Amino acid sequence: MMKPTDGTIVLDGRMVPIGDHVNLLDLIRAGGIDLPTFCYHSDLSVYGACRLCIVEVEGRGIVTSCTTRPEPGMVVSTRSARLRDIRKLTAELLLANHDMSCPTCTRAGSCQLRRLAERLGIDRIRFRQRQERLPLDQSSISLIRDPNKCVLCGDCVRICREVQGIGVLDFANRGSKVQVTPAFGQGLGEVECVHCGQCASVCPTGALAVRSQVNEVWAAIHDPERIVVAQVAPAVRVGVGEAFGLPPGESHIGQTVAALRAMGFDRVYDTGFGADLTVLEEGTEFVRRYRARKDLPLFTSCCPAWVKLVEQWYPQLLNNLSTCRSPQQALGRLIKRELPREMGVAPEKIFMVSIMPCTAKKFEARRSEMVTDGRPDVDAVITVPELVQMIAESGLDFAGLEPDRMDLPYGFKTGAGVLFGTTGGVTEAVLRYAAEVMAKPLGRPPAFHKVRGMERLREAEVELGDDKLRLAVVHGLAAAQQLVEDVLAGKREYDLVEVMACPGGCVGGAGQPPARTPSVREARQASIYQTDTMLQMRNSQDNPYLQRVYADTLGEPGSPAAHELLHTHYHPRRRTGAVEVEISGGADPSHRVVRVEVCVGTNCHLRGSHDLLHRLIDHVNERGWGHLVDITATFCNEVCERGPAVRIDDELHEKCTLEMVLDRVEGAIGAEEAPVATSR
Amino acid sequence: MMTTVNLDRIVKEVDRRLARPTWRVMVCDGTGCVASGSRLVHQRFLDSTEGLDGLAEVKLSGEDLCRPLISRTGCHGLCQMGPLVVIPGDGGAREEIFYCRVTADDVPEIVETTLKGGQPVERLLYRDPRTGTTYRSSAVIPFYANQTRIALADCGHAEPEDIEEYIARGGYAALRRVLTEMKPEQVCEELTASGLRGRGGAGFPTGRKWLATLRAAGSPKYLVCNGDEGDPGAFMDRSLMEGDPHRVLEGAIIAAYASGAGYGYFYIRTEYPLALTRMRKAMADARRLGILGENLFGSGYAFDCEVVEGAGAFVCGEETALLASIEGERGMPRPKPPFPAESGLFGRPTVVNNVETLATVRWILERGAAAFRRHGTPRSPGTKTFALTGKVRNTGLIEVPLGATLRQIVFEVGGGVPDGRKFKAAQIGGPSGGCLGVEHLDMPLDFETLGQVGAMVGSGGIVILDDSTCIVEVARFFMQFTQHESCGKCVLCREGTRQMLWILQDIVEGKAQPGDIELLEQTARAVKVASLCGLGKSAPNPVLSTLTLFRSEYLAHVERLYCPAGVCEALKTFAIDPDLCKGCTLCLQKCPVGAIQGDKRAPHRIDVARCTKCGVCATICRFKAIAAR
Repeated sequence: MMKPTDGTIVLDGRMVPIGDHVNLLDLIRAGGIDLPTFCYHSDLSVYGACRLCIVEVEGRGIVTSCTTRPEPGMVVSTRSARLRDIRKLTAELLLANHDMSCPTCTRAGSCQLRRLAERLGIDRIRFRQRQERLPLDQSSISLIRDPNKCVLCGDCVRICREVQGIGVLDFANRGSKVQVTPAFGQGLGEVECVHCGQCASVCPTGALAVRSQVNEVWAAIHDPERIVVAQVAPAVRVGVGEAFGLPPGESHIGQTVAALRAMGFDRVYDTGFGADLTVLEEGTEFVRRYRARKDLPLFTSCCPAWVKLVEQWYPQLLNNLSTCRSPQQALGRLIKRELPREMGVAPEKIFMVSIMPCTAKKFEARRSEMVTDGRPDVDAVITVPELVQMIAESGLDFAGLEPDRMDLPYGFKTGAGVLFGTTGGVTEAVLRYAAEVMAKPLGRPPAFHKVRGMERLREAEVELGDDKLRLAVVHGLAAAQQLVEDVLAGKREYDLVEVMACPGGCVGGAGQPPARTPSVREARQASIYQTDTMLQMRNSQDNPYLQRVYADTLGEPGSPAAHELLHTHYHPRRRTGAVEVEISGGADPSHRVVRVEVCVGTNCHLRGSHDLLHRLIDHVNERGWGHLVDITATFCNEVCERGPAVRIDDELHEKCTLEMVLDRVEGAIGAEEAPVATSR
Repeated sequence: MMTTVNLDRIVKEVDRRLARPTWRVMVCDGTGCVASGSRLVHQRFLDSTEGLDGLAEVKLSGEDLCRPLISRTGCHGLCQMGPLVVIPGDGGAREEIFYCRVTADDVPEIVETTLKGGQPVERLLYRDPRTGTTYRSSAVIPFYANQTRIALADCGHAEPEDIEEYIARGGYAALRRVLTEMKPEQVCEELTASGLRGRGGAGFPTGRKWLATLRAAGSPKYLVCNGDEGDPGAFMDRSLMEGDPHRVLEGAIIAAYASGAGYGYFYIRTEYPLALTRMRKAMADARRLGILGENLFGSGYAFDCEVVEGAGAFVCGEETALLASIEGERGMPRPKPPFPAESGLFGRPTVVNNVETLATVRWILERGAAAFRRHGTPRSPGTKTFALTGKVRNTGLIEVPLGATLRQIVFEVGGGVPDGRKFKAAQIGGPSGGCLGVEHLDMPLDFETLGQVGAMVGSGGIVILDDSTCIVEVARFFMQFTQHESCGKCVLCREGTRQMLWILQDIVEGKAQPGDIELLEQTARAVKVASLCGLGKSAPNPVLSTLTLFRSEYLAHVERLYCPAGVCEALKTFAIDPDLCKGCTLCLQKCPVGAIQGDKRAPHRIDVARCTKCGVCATICRFKAIAAR
């Protein structure tokens, strides 16, 4: 039998070799004919729902090219009266079901439905327009879901499930009432969405869109009292140009800075400086853990989507997450502390705007840990399209702007800091630091080629002196979860694991202009590496301004002062919306009060926790401990198989009996109190 | 250790028991008869025959049957006349007695007259509604006489929940022979030779499907029985699973063996509680006797299966959606190829067969491919069950050779159209099928000819329409069904059916614009050729076939705002017959919108522009002077 690679097909009368194409659509596109499609993405499973890429295959009639395997000798036609009629009719059907609020849609400029209508020359819609309006889902901090604009191509459903392994979106209902929605009609902000935004970046229309904070930024700019500070993430420079029609991957940091200044930003800094801070802290943390063989592998924590995933699904790995703040939050905190002193203004005057290739950064900036003295370390996070919109609104000719430089000191970054923009970059940056700490000064850094690339999982062993480090770099959260499962099962062992949620890392972030093909991400990645080689300093530890920050205020990397400023902590999110129920309210705060939390979750309840709780209350009252003990009913402590679980003063006790609990409570109340109580 | 079941011993034992000189009463327990009260009839028989062992006919010594054996059977077919009670003959002089519309109160008389007196109760016998002829036994009733029963052979003639009776009637002998004497390839060959085509609708050759699965790389392989019968008005598969579950199971085990599958799933909708119970019981009983499990009949072949309950989505009858549903995914079709035979359940080679297909397998292996080919047509051999409903005298479950004509089905088996109405059309194949008109009455019904006229065998529902039916309304009904049941995955089916439904609604409501029929037709053709799955591709069939056959009726609605059948409410106009009107003014007083004018004792008139067609006037007129037209 002939292998498909040996054959050719006849495409619109021409012979075209099949090559290694596994579906007709790819082959036809390679042949120079761009068939329209909504639901085909090379990264995702074949779906076959939008029916736009139809072709006629001799002997088979009309088929969708995305679902058809090319076979030698196949005679394929992409043009016929019938195909044209059906394609136009399909487009009209989609438009009749669309809310057509194009002038006010954030995706109008990149909307594929609009483009389709233009391409097919749809000049009228013969069908009746849908009247029904469904409510928007505005529950998420990062994304807005508008079902009225959805074409039900399922790209978001598949990328969330297949690439990210999250699966918060799926189809519900039947017939024309079908909707893409989180389970049980919940909002995106109420489910396990990690805010990676990949759903929005594959959405062909504005059905899933990034929540814009542009108005907040303008308001701050126009407030004369405010000092508006921008920090620009490394990957922004290689994405922003595309929105202005410049070639993918070209770096336009100079124009970006100029545009920000022109729009009224008072200071423009580089998140790369924050990345350099992260490198030193995380590098130090890593070397310490590695030497102590404690909490390995160290997982990176710069990606907020990944951090949320660990918090909600792998709380047992929270100790393995680097405690370092992400570059955005490290720099935000530092600037908010230093700039008021430097400028002699009140801290609340500073308005920190970060420009990110990322939607999860919007979520990260709102985390409760990212607030200092009641003020957020970062006030607003805007994505590249939001920045582009501001530039357009200001009437600036982006490409024609005279490139400008970042402000010092926080505008100075090293090559290592810029590498954070791509998958593998954090690892390489940390290695450059660790190499110096663990082995010898580097000078011109070697390229750690093994960690570069676009494969979903890349593993490397790197020798630093006598040590052989086992590294893994993974991007895409489905691949990350597979790796975590393997690590937990003992199938893989690493010392350092870098995780980025988005394909390609931040170059493929959902805050970038939509990257239609993997080649766009590759161009951006290449440009990041190019920038690294062109910078005067390439190791974070060589950043002179960073050295000054340590010398002036922080001391050594990993010092208590550095920890206070640049590290954070995490909390499990396995149970969302857990409520505590106050049972006894009589505790007297002038005494040392013992807190007793009895789990009344399903499993503990079945194991008798309810009865235990009642008898505990009786005994506490009987012994006259009412003012000393504070009893609360809580929900799951996640030791279900070892219930009833009772937490006494933050210590969790398993398989509790009443006697055990009373014993511990008595112990906690203390020797001098207890006799009083029992002598009654 | 499981010992191999001895079928022959069971056959002998059951024969010995049934051979006693006793009566047997078979009360139909099919869905139709249960709905009309057969469970009460059955209970009354049990109560009334308690202690009847003093009768000459049932005088038995010692063990076993000390009274008439009161059985519940599967669907007997003539649902229209239910509850049905059949008292089988003794194989000799005593003929079968077939009672219709039996109520619990009739039972004492049957016991007295028939069981004690040996005589039929005349008034309960079947009387032909056209000729008035009374028939004593089912074999001679035209409804049955014009059928050929292969899949339904024992349906209504045995206790469906009794595996031993099934074995006594020859059951599982074919399976034993297959497992002990034939290779899987030989079974596939036999099926291919028989020409059996899938009874689920598409008509793919069963033997070829099995062989493709057998030869496909990958393991384990699965067998899936598609019992997700969802067409409105169809109940063939349901009746088979309820009435003869072991026949379906036996076919399934044979299919699994022939296609190399070691495990099977029966996907049955939750709305079929009795079918679920009986299939589960059949599996449990078979497992108990070693007919499911390891080393079946000492052959070394192992097979087991389970029932999966479907939630009733129509689309889950489409095989790839059904597989997704078993996997726990939303029931949405996947593009084919790959076909399930290569990559089906859990990505493994899977053979998916319809219930009726499996129920036909035993017969073919018992009698041979050649015997099967003696029925039906060369390209569509064998028989097909149909659920015959609508405007026909004998509604019910029937089985006729493929290639039988619509005329035979409607007029011979079905007994013609009642109430003096005329046959207008037959909707065949449910919402995926098309309409056949008077010009198709003599067309042979098989896979090819039906496909040529834009209809399909489908799963086999036939709805007969008479001349009081509006054909546009029928098309609208089916379109509403497919739109509601569309999984919503592909644009053409989801949006196309919605727009078609809207146009059809406009037509029956008199709101359609010129050009709407053309748009309807164009959309229908696009949906038909370019939808993702078989359901989408067939959804426009009711519209397209009625547009072909009854275009003038559509045009009448759009151009003249006139419904020829007088069904469409919005197109009705009320008028007062001046010859009948006495001028009593009652209608004038009651009309809620003041649309009626006229003087006392003079004929009144209705102002059509004001009339809201509420019909109050027609209802209250004492002289029948007001009618809608």
